[in-house]
Amino acid sequence: MAAEAKVDPMHQFMIEPMFGTDGWAIAGYHIPFTNSALWMLISAIVLYAFMMGGMRRELVPGRWQMAVESMTGFIDNMLEANIGKEGRGYLPYVFSLFMFILFANLLGLLPLGLAGVHPFTFTSHFSATGVLAILSFAIVLIVGFWKHGLHFFSLFIPHGTPAPMIPLIFIIELVSFLVRPFSLGLRLFVAMMAGHVLLEVLSSFVIGGTNAGVFFFGLVAIPSFALMVAISALEILVAGIQAYVFALLTSLYINDAEHLH
Amino acid sequence: MPQISQLSEFYASQIFWMLVIFGAVFFLIGRGMAPKVIETIDNRSKRIADDLNAAEAAHRDADAQEKTWRVQSAAQRGQAQALIAEAKAKGAKATEAQLAVAGKGIESRLAEAEGRIAAARESALAEIETVAADAASDIAARVAGLTVDAEAARAAVKGVLHG
Repeated sequence: MAAEAKVDPMHQFMIEPMFGTDGWAIAGYHIPFTNSALWMLISAIVLYAFMMGGMRRELVPGRWQMAVESMTGFIDNMLEANIGKEGRGYLPYVFSLFMFILFANLLGLLPLGLAGVHPFTFTSHFSATGVLAILSFAIVLIVGFWKHGLHFFSLFIPHGTPAPMIPLIFIIELVSFLVRPFSLGLRLFVAMMAGHVLLEVLSSFVIGGTNAGVFFFGLVAIPSFALMVAISALEILVAGIQAYVFALLTSLYINDAEHLH
Repeated sequence: MPQISQLSEFYASQIFWMLVIFGAVFFLIGRGMAPKVIETIDNRSKRIADDLNAAEAAHRDADAQEKTWRVQSAAQRGQAQALIAEAKAKGAKATEAQLAVAGKGIESRLAEAEGRIAAARESALAEIETVAADAASDIAARVAGLTVDAEAARAAVKGVLHG
């Protein structure tokens, strides 16, 4: 009989400082290097290695170069479709955003627990996704006011709004606009966290059911395990979809700033 | 929920490292690498478009050349046929002239031969007359003991022969 199974589904989100706990600070704010920062770094390095494969710049691309080019071309097409010819200018930001989130999500799903390593998914922390969301929102604000000045506020009054409705509509549109960074950051954080919690809860069912004897092994553990396999596949899909949604919404918001509807 | 319970402890670290690492990603990968990849893609599609245009131009060129070749070949064929017809006509005329000459020669030779035959017949007939007259005078001398004058004999034979 195994030891009493005590699975805390929230434990995987614990931030653990690795070094720099005592000395590292900027203007009084402590910035220790945590496991979260480590996985940001790993995502960046893996992404860099992936992109290096696309730097051969051959006329007839190999498989790796083809993969890099299809990812880049995918984002380029998305920007072209949503923003138009100005979309090229936002390629560096949106591409970095999409690939960084995608790699973070996928690396967080790796079954490294089998090797005793805990893959930390920093996109399941709103303190991380919030930074990206605020960056996107800041770009929208800067571009909007840079290009259109105070005329940017006309974004909050849709065409054909009757005059008496304008103050009300303006407030509604303003609120929906201001909610954007929250929805952007929270969507990614919630989606990633929910999937990871679900997998953890199901795994606790598998362990608990197995320990509770043959009957519960068949009734609970086996179906839970089958569900885990299916949800793991779903999570890989969600990892891609959430990265895509983040990049897509960012490009849509930038389009608003560029063209005001 | 560690995201909230640890927030006050680690928010500065999260924000700082996110900005540092995402900033590095943006400058190194977003600004350094992605535009080059896009440039490679653009160069390739441009190259493909150029090659396709060149191929199309070459195709059109080949079509035009084939057309001129067709026209030329038709003209040359016409010329050749005219030459053949001319040569045929010339040949036929020459043959006709030769035939006429040859026919004339043959006719003259025929006339000559006919003349010779007529002469031969004449002389043969004359000889037969002489022989017959001699024989007749001989016979008359032997049978009747008459000496017939040669002239008379010849006249008599002539009268019998030509009735």
